[in-house]
This record gives sequence, C-alpha cells and structure tokens, in this order.
Amino acid sequence: MITKEEVEHVGWLARIEIDAQESDAYAEKLNSVLGYFGQLDEVDTEGVEPTYHVADIVNVFRKDEVTESMPQEDVLANTEHKQEGNFKTPKIM
Amino acid sequence: MVYENPDGIRIGLEVHVQLNKLKTKLFCGCSTEYHDSEPNTHVCPVCLGLPGSLPVLNEKAVEFAIKVGLALNCNIVEQTQFHRKNYYYPDLPKNFQTTQYDFPIAANGKIIIEGEDGEHIVGITRAHIEEDPARLQHMGTIDRSKGTLINYNRSGMTLIEIVSEPDMRSPKEARRYLEKLRSILDYLGVFDGDLEGAMKADANVSVFWGDRVEVKNISSFKGLERALVYEIMRQKNHIRRGGEIVMETRHFDEARGVTISMRTKEEEHDYRYFPEPDLVPLRVADWVPDVRKTLPELPDAKRERFMEQYGLGETHARALTTEIKVANFFEEVASKVDPKDAAVWVSDILKGELNYRELSINAFTVEDIVAVVGLVTGNKITEQSGVEIIRTVLDDGGKPQDIVEKKGLLKVEDDIVAKAVEEAVAENPEAVADYLGGKEKSLNFIVGKVMQKTKGRADAREAREKVLAKLNE
Repeated sequence: MITKEEVEHVGWLARIEIDAQESDAYAEKLNSVLGYFGQLDEVDTEGVEPTYHVADIVNVFRKDEVTESMPQEDVLANTEHKQEGNFKTPKIM
Repeated sequence: MVYENPDGIRIGLEVHVQLNKLKTKLFCGCSTEYHDSEPNTHVCPVCLGLPGSLPVLNEKAVEFAIKVGLALNCNIVEQTQFHRKNYYYPDLPKNFQTTQYDFPIAANGKIIIEGEDGEHIVGITRAHIEEDPARLQHMGTIDRSKGTLINYNRSGMTLIEIVSEPDMRSPKEARRYLEKLRSILDYLGVFDGDLEGAMKADANVSVFWGDRVEVKNISSFKGLERALVYEIMRQKNHIRRGGEIVMETRHFDEARGVTISMRTKEEEHDYRYFPEPDLVPLRVADWVPDVRKTLPELPDAKRERFMEQYGLGETHARALTTEIKVANFFEEVASKVDPKDAAVWVSDILKGELNYRELSINAFTVEDIVAVVGLVTGNKITEQSGVEIIRTVLDDGGKPQDIVEKKGLLKVEDDIVAKAVEEAVAENPEAVADYLGGKEKSLNFIVGKVMQKTKGRADAREAREKVLAKLNE
C-alpha cells in the first residue's frame, strides 16, 4: 500500500509540488497500479528464464569514433537563461 | 611488529575514474577532447537528454572497463546491464544517471599496497561503468551564489567507479591505495591522470568500529590524507565528549582543511533504480581471454623484474616503477649506462629536480641524462657538476656538453689539484698546526682553500684525500 506520505516523498524527490488533494488522488491511482502488479505476482513463473529486456538481443555497440557535436547556439536555442555559453540556473545547493 | 588498530579506524574509498583516453563519450560520438573548448560545444541530443534521443554504448569503453577489472584482479560478470539512477539535479538533464547496479561489470578483486605493517591487501568490492555528469560552476560560494552555470561538455564521459572494502586503517594507507590505483590505471593506458577531473574519491570513514560517515569529492592525494586526518580526529573528539556518530554526507573544504555536514544521504531506494530500457544487456565474458592478452606488465611485476634484472634495491625499484613513463625512461637509460648508475641519477637526482619544478619526466631526454652520467662516471666532471648541468638544462635549456664547456666544469687535472694542495698547506701553517694538534675541523678549512684555488672543479673527496696524504707525510 502506498500512503499519502510516500506520494509526498516521491513528489519531493522529483521536485514536484503536490497538494493534499492531489496526494490522495495519486495514492489511490498508484495503489490500483500496484494491485495489478499484485495480480502479476500470482502468475506461475516456475522454470521461466528471467527477461532482462523486451527485445531478446544483447551487445549493441558503436565504434569509438567521433561524430559531430551540435553548434553552441543550437544547444542553447531553447533557453533564455544563459551566460557565456553556459546554461544558467538559480542557485543550486 | 604487527600493526595494531586500537581505534578501530576503517576507511573505504569509492573512486571515480574518467576513461579520458577514449575518443568519444560513453553513449554518443561526441569527442572527449573538451578541456580547452568553449562550454557546451561537445554535446549532442544524447548528452542533453533531448526527447527521442537514444544512447548507443561505446564498445571500447566496455573493453577498457574489463581491462581495469582484470588489472584489479576482479572477476568479470557473465551478464550485465545498465540501470537508471533517478535524481533531480541539473548536472544530468535527463534526471537520471545511467549506471550499473546489481551486476557491476567487475567484482571481488584486490590491490596490494604498502601498509603500516608491510604488504597489505585491500579488497575491491566492485567496479562498474557509468556516465559523468556536467560541470557546475557556482557563481560565488556554493551557499551564497547568485546562480549556477552549467557546461555539459563533460556530461556523458565514461567513468569507472571503483569501490573498495573498508580495509584501510590509516589516512596514509588510504593515500597509498589511491596512489597505487592511479599507477595501475596509468600503466593500462586508459586514462590520463593529469587532466582535470580524471580521478575523484569519496571516503567512508568510521572509528571505534562504529557507523560510517561519507566525505565527498576529494580530488588530490594530499587532500585525501588531510580530509581523513581531520575527519578521524573530529569523530574521536565527538565520541569522547559523549556524542554519537550518525551516518551522513560531509564535504571537504580544501581551503580550510575541515569537513562540513552537507545532508543526510538519500537512501538507496530514493534513487528508484530501474533497468535502462534504451540499452540492451551485455554478455561479454567471452572477451576476457583476448582482453587479458592486452594487459601490460603492471607495477608490482615491473618492480620485481627491476630488482632481478638490474640488481636494484627495493626503494629504487619502487620509485622507478610508480609511473610507467619513468619506468620506460629508466629502462632506456639503463640500456646505455650501468643500470645502478642509471637508477641513482634518474630516481634520486633527476626525479628530485623535476618534482621541485613540478615537471614530468618528459621535460628531460634520455640522451641528456646518459651524457651526464657518462661525464661523471668517466671522471670528467664531479657529481656536483652533474647536478648543476641537470639544473641548467631544466631552467635555461641547452645540451650537457655545451654547458660543461660554457661553465668550465671539466675536472681539473691531477697535477693542478696537487699544486693547489701544496699551496694551501704552505699558506696556512696555523691550520696545519691545529690539525696536527688534534683539531679535526681545520682539515675542512684547508680543503676549502683547495676548492677555492681550483674554482670548485676539483672533486672535494679527492682533494680531501690529497690534503690528508700531504699532512701525514
């Protein structure tokens, strides 16, 4: 069971403000999702190999070869908050 | 003597090593040579976590990681995968770091260090691959800054995080562990330790076998030792005053030499690790034999060989094998002059002069040191002149032979020394009488006069012997 407090904690970790009404609603929705996981837990998986990835492939690589990076103005195009080629944010602790 | 640890000090280190010898980042083709570049010019949609971008793993990075794992005597895991470690902080714009979680690529290794009581084994818990975050620059001090500037050039660089067991029992042992680790990585050719941000350590410290405190972001050997000395003293004092050590994260303030409480650490489940769906699992255990073949002779083996092949003592062998560049330099010199002379001149004299000037071995050539050693052992110049030549080459440039000529360093002929001795004895009857009367120090005075007369080009030891012989006639 997910409690209202746990919803608030997860909200804090993600830096999302969640008010009291919302946390009730989220707790309810998340609990229904967890209920579904509970059902999945009941499935008999005896002898079934664990799946690590949806596609049954391993070892996808690229060579260590340089490709072109983006021009600085394109990198910063979507922000007004910039200084000397850097992104600028409010004070971060 | 068996080293005792009555204070129950336990130190474990988590070291982040940047594999900066790779040409590209971990998950994209952006170049890793960003150190002299403008901010945010080595980035792409993958490093910026733009919607729709997909990471593709650098094959060489995995090979390098296996190489590191093998050099640290680890087992390489059969199958591994990447996870997302979720946290909200602008040094990674995706809001998660791609890292390895339950199956690190390498685990259960060890490093042998020079401990407080001889050789000491430090266990390696694990070594895993992850990406480096961006560089944040706080405008002013961290707590009073007007804002933070973010440069994503470093974001996505390949890191190997090497986690040790809490096997170190003093700040000195911790420092030696870090030095040994750097030496091994240096030998492997996977990183350049001189580049900014190449190696960073977090230390876990506890005293009296109690709870541990984590000290974050230590970036130098000296800093590590100082941070640990301070933190151990702080914990002991706190306990003596009746306090209790609680698990927390502290920051080391290099300028003030103190550790400061930052925050109680997020707990592991706060990171909400889950498998990275954009990357498929790795099954690379069958690479191990081939990668093993690429491992070079590592510092311990090289030290043993130097002792055996060149007849060096342990101290010289150790000093000459810490850095691969120095070891190679020595071997070249030793192929041209007597290896024992090579060891003395490279390890005791040249390295000292280089350290004093904060220069690397690249600042001197094999040819020049061979010339200096040849001049000294051929009895052409004194040892002191040899040192002077090295200093001159480093400070003003030039070739040893030219410096010898320009400074008139060639040893004076025997008969000139003999003549100077005759004169010095004849001109200083009082000193001679004093010496013969038992005043040993008067001998130095006469030898000094000989050196003056030969303008310092006589060998002081020979001059002393000649004066003695003359006085005892």
